[in-house]
Amino acid sequence: MLSSDIVIPDQLCYHCGESCSDTSHSYDDKHFCCNGCQVAYKILKEGDLCTYYELDRNAGVSLKKLKRREKFDYLEDQEVIHKISDFADDKHLSINLYIPGIHCASCVWLLENLSVLDEGVLKSQVNFLRRELDLLIDIRSSSLRSVVELLTTIGYQPEIRFEKLDRTDTPINKDRSLWLKMGVAGFAFGNIMLFSFPDYLNNSENSLGIEFRLIFGALNILLALPVLLYSSQDYLRSAIAAIRQGGINLDVPISIGIAALFGRSLYEILSGTGAGYMDSFTGLIFFLLIGKMIEKKTFDRLSFDRDYRSYLPIAVNRITESGQEQSVSIDKLSPGLTIRLRNQELVPCDCILESEEACMDYSFITGESEPVQVVRGDLIYAGGRISGKSALLRTSREVENSYLTRLWDNKAFSAPDKEKVITSFADRISPIFTYTVLAIALTSGIWWLQSGMEQALSVFTAVLIIACPCALALSTPFTLGSTLNIFSLNGLFIRNSKLIESMANTDTIVFDKTGTLTSPDQIQVEYHGTAPDPVISSLLKGALSESVHPLSRSVAEYLKHIKPAKSEHYNEFPGRGIQIESENHIILAGNSELIKSTWPFLKITEEGSPVSGSVVHVAVDQQYLGYFEIRKGLRTGLNALIVSLKDLFRLYLLSGDNSAQAPYYEPYFGKDHIQFRQSPEDKLNFIQSLQNSDKHVMMVGDGLNDAGALKQSNFGIALSDDISSFSPACDAIIEGSALSSLNRFIDFSKTSMKIILFSFFLSLLYNITGLSFAVTGQLSPLVAAILMPLSSVSVMVFTFVTTRFFAKKMGLKIWK
Amino acid sequence: MEVIFLLIGFSLVVALIFLGLFFWAVRTGQFDDSYTPSVRMLFDEKRTSKTNQSNKNQDA
Repeated sequence: MLSSDIVIPDQLCYHCGESCSDTSHSYDDKHFCCNGCQVAYKILKEGDLCTYYELDRNAGVSLKKLKRREKFDYLEDQEVIHKISDFADDKHLSINLYIPGIHCASCVWLLENLSVLDEGVLKSQVNFLRRELDLLIDIRSSSLRSVVELLTTIGYQPEIRFEKLDRTDTPINKDRSLWLKMGVAGFAFGNIMLFSFPDYLNNSENSLGIEFRLIFGALNILLALPVLLYSSQDYLRSAIAAIRQGGINLDVPISIGIAALFGRSLYEILSGTGAGYMDSFTGLIFFLLIGKMIEKKTFDRLSFDRDYRSYLPIAVNRITESGQEQSVSIDKLSPGLTIRLRNQELVPCDCILESEEACMDYSFITGESEPVQVVRGDLIYAGGRISGKSALLRTSREVENSYLTRLWDNKAFSAPDKEKVITSFADRISPIFTYTVLAIALTSGIWWLQSGMEQALSVFTAVLIIACPCALALSTPFTLGSTLNIFSLNGLFIRNSKLIESMANTDTIVFDKTGTLTSPDQIQVEYHGTAPDPVISSLLKGALSESVHPLSRSVAEYLKHIKPAKSEHYNEFPGRGIQIESENHIILAGNSELIKSTWPFLKITEEGSPVSGSVVHVAVDQQYLGYFEIRKGLRTGLNALIVSLKDLFRLYLLSGDNSAQAPYYEPYFGKDHIQFRQSPEDKLNFIQSLQNSDKHVMMVGDGLNDAGALKQSNFGIALSDDISSFSPACDAIIEGSALSSLNRFIDFSKTSMKIILFSFFLSLLYNITGLSFAVTGQLSPLVAAILMPLSSVSVMVFTFVTTRFFAKKMGLKIWK
Repeated sequence: MEVIFLLIGFSLVVALIFLGLFFWAVRTGQFDDSYTPSVRMLFDEKRTSKTNQSNKNQDA
């Protein structure tokens, strides 16, 4: 360990709550972690908006982590404004901005009070779950650019992505019709129940006058008609479509039930032979629609279908002929332009490096964890990230023709949607169910023919009515809806509840290494050698925290308890290391090449076990001190996870990295189950070959390099440390911290399949009970009105209680 | 007893008004975001309106 004589007490930033490593930023007796946070505070203070800090303590968004401050010149371009705004004329501009920084009630409060800070904002409304801000701007007194810049200054930088430029139509097709259908069905259900109630209480003819029967009957038909024509049309249409294609889905028996219920009721009311079953009919539709609503629950704020366009920024800085920087939207990038990219910025299209050298981080594209060194004239692929010093690039291809885009055109992405291919268990048993019901109905109808045609028809329809698989249709959406909810509370977000069945069938799990098993935050730094004295470590810390190279950052983080000191001379050699010159010392920190080139006589040691990570050597005044070993560690809890999965599933590890770390993973996966140097295509093909040998494959990955494999696998989980940030197309998104519970998630998905099976039996019991009434010709409207809602409600309660009971038993969170 | 026809008529009209209100609420997007309003209602309105006014006064 390094000695740490000068330790700073931890201070929390008043704005964002991060611990401040130095005390240079303070204002109003409050400490801030960086200049950005201090500026944000000042702005809020001037606008008298300090309630922000009262609603939630340290509510602010850390401005230290803000990678760069984008230039927003392109927001002055009328064409861009027109494309990204919802509405614009010469007075007003309405736009919807995606702001990932929204995280608490204070954010909502501040953003909705934006008009205090900028008079030009006429309306600002936040949708918290979608992390969106709806703005109405008066462009005579303000501009889109100034509002976006204000938002960035106070920590809410909107993410404006390339896909917005490509947008052809506004995606405001929010499906509200299901709500309306449910409203109509609920309205009719309630009213018909009330009108039918007197009838249930009195069976004798004389208590209710004939005129009441007439009026109630007429009203029942009037109320039920919109339910049949509007609310139930999804079921009828789906059933007709299924029959046309020669198949039978669950909507077929439901539609038969609907037709029997409505037809029989209409006949009874019109012929005056009975009160009809309109209450059961409307109730059935109402409950079914509730089930549909639950099934449709989605995670609005997550995007499961993102492609490369949402990965790219909307604009880059180009150098004009006069040498000035000007931001230009990337759809206008043509080959031959010079652009400047800064640390952590993305390369939008294939380019040629014009600067001397640059460090490229391709981890998201290829899975390689170490940045690659490129020199002048090298080709740089789109999707790479500049790491370290800024670089000048000359564009060589349009965005559409770049490597990243071609990666996306791979065959896997044109594969049919998995959801459409999946047939649920309910759909699979539907044909058997339908034929059985029809057979029972026909047999009992024929049996009753001896008592006359009318009685036979009555029994026939009664069987169809009572066998309508309402509870059956509800058990799946309700169970899966609950499961989906419980998963989301525990950090796993599944795109669609139907996919849970696919998850439960998993027998093979393929992991990606970089970014998935290892975490960028889980960096283990170890120091080997002689400990430097406090002065040296202070100087080292000071210089390393200036550098943006990932290794410098890791070492600086390791030295966090040491007070940094400023050195007079500080030099960074990109890709090699740093040199510090102070009054009495010369310090070198970097790779062996740097040290050898300065002091060739030094002997560099890497003692002990072979180093599996990266190394930063330290030499002071012509003496070799030792080295920092930086290793990307497994995420916490993953050792236990893999050990527990090993016995139940076939596990594989795919990595875009070289095989240096193979010995570390072999005990977990076995030698044959690890593949290194995998390109995105290799990964995809590997999954395919597993599937060809009848494996049901779950893929867990993170970057674009896994996108093909995720899409090809039977269940693809994208891992994301910040769930609102970019993730490739997938079936589910998992939070980094939740990955260690993957085994429990799979167990639970299997449990919920069993719960569905049990609730099927439960609803079959109701059906059998009802059928015994029906075939004996005793089904009165009252029995139907009690039995049908009862079965629906009891199935809902059963699934709700059992899913939560088992989730709790497995140690999953069931409440927020 | 004939008054009951009238009452049924009234009850239906009232129910239809509520159905209409529900349609209006859905169509104007009140069911689109079910979370943010629950946060928004807890904010203290007074402070902002005061600052709004003081800002306006300054401008005048």
